[in-house]
Amino acid sequence: MRMLMPWIVGAIVLLVLPIFFGGRSQLTIMSQMSITVVFALAYNMLLGQGGMLSFGHAVYMGMGSFLCLHVMNMSSFGSFPLPLLPLLGGVFGLLFAIIIGSFSTRSAGTVFAMISLGIGELMAALVLIVTVFFGGEEGISGYRDEGLPFFGIEFISNLEVYYLIAIWMFIAVALMYLFSRTPVGRMANAVRDNPERAEFLGYSARRVRFVSFAVSGFFCGVAGGLSAILFEIATESDLNVTASGVILLVAFLGGIGFFWGPIIGAVVFTLLQTVLGLQTHLWELYLGVVFVGMVMFFPAGLSGIIMAHVPAAKMGKLGTLVGPYLTCVLPGILGGLGLAALIEMIFHVRSGAEGEHHMVLFWIDFSTHDVLPWLVALAVAVIGIGLAVRNAPNFKAAWENASTLPEAA
Amino acid sequence: MTSALELINLRKSFGQTEIIRGVDLSIAPGERHAIIGPNGAGKSTLFNLITGRFPQTAGVVELNGQNLAGKAPFEINRLGLSRSFQITNIFPKMTVFENVRCSLLWSRGYQYSFWNLVSNSQELTEAADAILEQINLTSRRNLPAGVLSYAEQRALEIGITIAGGANVIMLDEPTAGMSHSETDYITDLIMKVTEGKTLIMVEHDMGVVFGLADKISVLVYGEIIATGAPEEVRANPRVQEAYLGAAMEAH
Ligand SMILES: Nc1ncnc2c1ncn2[C@@H]1O[C@H](COP(=O)(O)OP(=O)(O)OP(=O)(O)O)[C@@H](O)[C@H]1O
Ligand SMILES: [Mg+2]
Repeated sequence: MRMLMPWIVGAIVLLVLPIFFGGRSQLTIMSQMSITVVFALAYNMLLGQGGMLSFGHAVYMGMGSFLCLHVMNMSSFGSFPLPLLPLLGGVFGLLFAIIIGSFSTRSAGTVFAMISLGIGELMAALVLIVTVFFGGEEGISGYRDEGLPFFGIEFISNLEVYYLIAIWMFIAVALMYLFSRTPVGRMANAVRDNPERAEFLGYSARRVRFVSFAVSGFFCGVAGGLSAILFEIATESDLNVTASGVILLVAFLGGIGFFWGPIIGAVVFTLLQTVLGLQTHLWELYLGVVFVGMVMFFPAGLSGIIMAHVPAAKMGKLGTLVGPYLTCVLPGILGGLGLAALIEMIFHVRSGAEGEHHMVLFWIDFSTHDVLPWLVALAVAVIGIGLAVRNAPNFKAAWENASTLPEAA
Repeated sequence: MTSALELINLRKSFGQTEIIRGVDLSIAPGERHAIIGPNGAGKSTLFNLITGRFPQTAGVVELNGQNLAGKAPFEINRLGLSRSFQITNIFPKMTVFENVRCSLLWSRGYQYSFWNLVSNSQELTEAADAILEQINLTSRRNLPAGVLSYAEQRALEIGITIAGGANVIMLDEPTAGMSHSETDYITDLIMKVTEGKTLIMVEHDMGVVFGLADKISVLVYGEIIATGAPEEVRANPRVQEAYLGAAMEAH
């Protein structure tokens, strides 16, 4: 029962989210988030669970997407229930992964990474060449509501689509979790840690990698099918190397060391991409900074940061961290925001329309020709970061004190 | 009766240098056989040839009468041969329990299955816990294997090796770097877990060798210069001259 708790909570959250976030774009964002969750977890089956770094994994999701759109464009789509479409995407992703995996999983290290990159480039080029299947630069589009109504649901409204995607996401996450508990899923960890020793236990490291690869391809294909349903279009940008890079970033952001890490990564990334993306053209810059900072200072990702608090929590010392958080981390964040404000203002002055001095930042309306806003932003940045740096040793000491056992007397 | 393990004129060269220079050896089922010899004699290399880690340059390895030529380590393991390593070779990020459980999977017929859950198998959990009990690591059950002490990792190394229940067990310096009491403990453990099995062991500690082995082979510069019962080997003048002298006196 305790083990089921997270799943029950998750299901309830998915169920009630539309009550609080019922707008069209909010529903779309949540749907997109769910798709990214599936994709990121499928990706982490390789990276985190299996120790395989793929630079071309968008291929499997993209192929699932394209195929599903072709199905949507078939005249017989009218007799096909839309909710089953992601399954087709999955099967297609699986078949494609079986073909590529049959030779790419021979080794895990650089060779695997390079083959995946090569396949990624190759497929992206093919999209523009084989226009019959991929539709060239326009891609392929279709209409989800032309499928067979499912118990009277035609999936016209965003809410219906959200629930369809959320249910699929829930099932896919559960299945991927269960996979990680199967014999071959456990051996994927073993092969990741020490492929050679795994061979001396009766397992072919290559075969174990191949199975993980194929299963990952299946779930990528499912994500592709969901994407086809949500966006009703697939283009080159869905399977190019940039898209593959993004999912690596998402997985890392959330942390590849825990099964649920990439879920956090997908949620945070989608929020940054959509919410922040609406606010500023520079969102990718901030994302890049966050990513680099993450990899450098917190390689275990957001999930790693969260789990690092567990020892302190178990010893009941979490309270001792509140002060240091307020004096170090909070000023650091505020300072970072001040710095971002400066960057935004410079960008506004340099790239804004001629004679356009007004800008809105953090809900404040001001003119970039006044001196005061610059001073305020500068002051916040300098003081915030200065405080953070000054109190960092303090924070570190408190942290170590909170997360280590007291010396035995 | 076929030998458990039969080596016929086995040779291995790395580049120009021949490291194993024509080894013939026959080990009977149920025998406890120690291979001793000075550093760099080729003992570990011999293990690597037998277990498929390296291909041999020439010669034949037979396990229960079956030629192992061209077989990968996992295929050889499935034929009932399991080995440990001189340099600890475990799964550092997985828990101690997981290390042992993974070592049980193939021999219990789980293969590459993704339709059953390992945690649902009471039998598997009990077997893994029994091995942890045997190697004295029950208290470390849920720690990542990488954080164990050296001696504990050596014990785990043996646990992983014996877990699958292979009939031929090969241990490469199981007691290297251990204290006296740890060595005694491991020796007892080896005795216990290899009951009725064929054991081939590389070992420098003569106390362990004479305590455990039915037969001893002495490997010097890639050749076996003597093989036989401990007393015969001890008395062999070539052995005395080439290697054992000092070590035996000390014993
Ligand atoms: N992969 C390899 N490539 C080249 N030379 C090797 C390789 N493996 C072992 N050797 C060489 O073969 C010789 C025998 O090494 P091996 O490890 O088999 O000795 P050993 O008898 O196990 O010694 P020790 O008692 O120190 O463990 C050494 O000279 C070593 O340098
Ligand atoms: Mg050696």
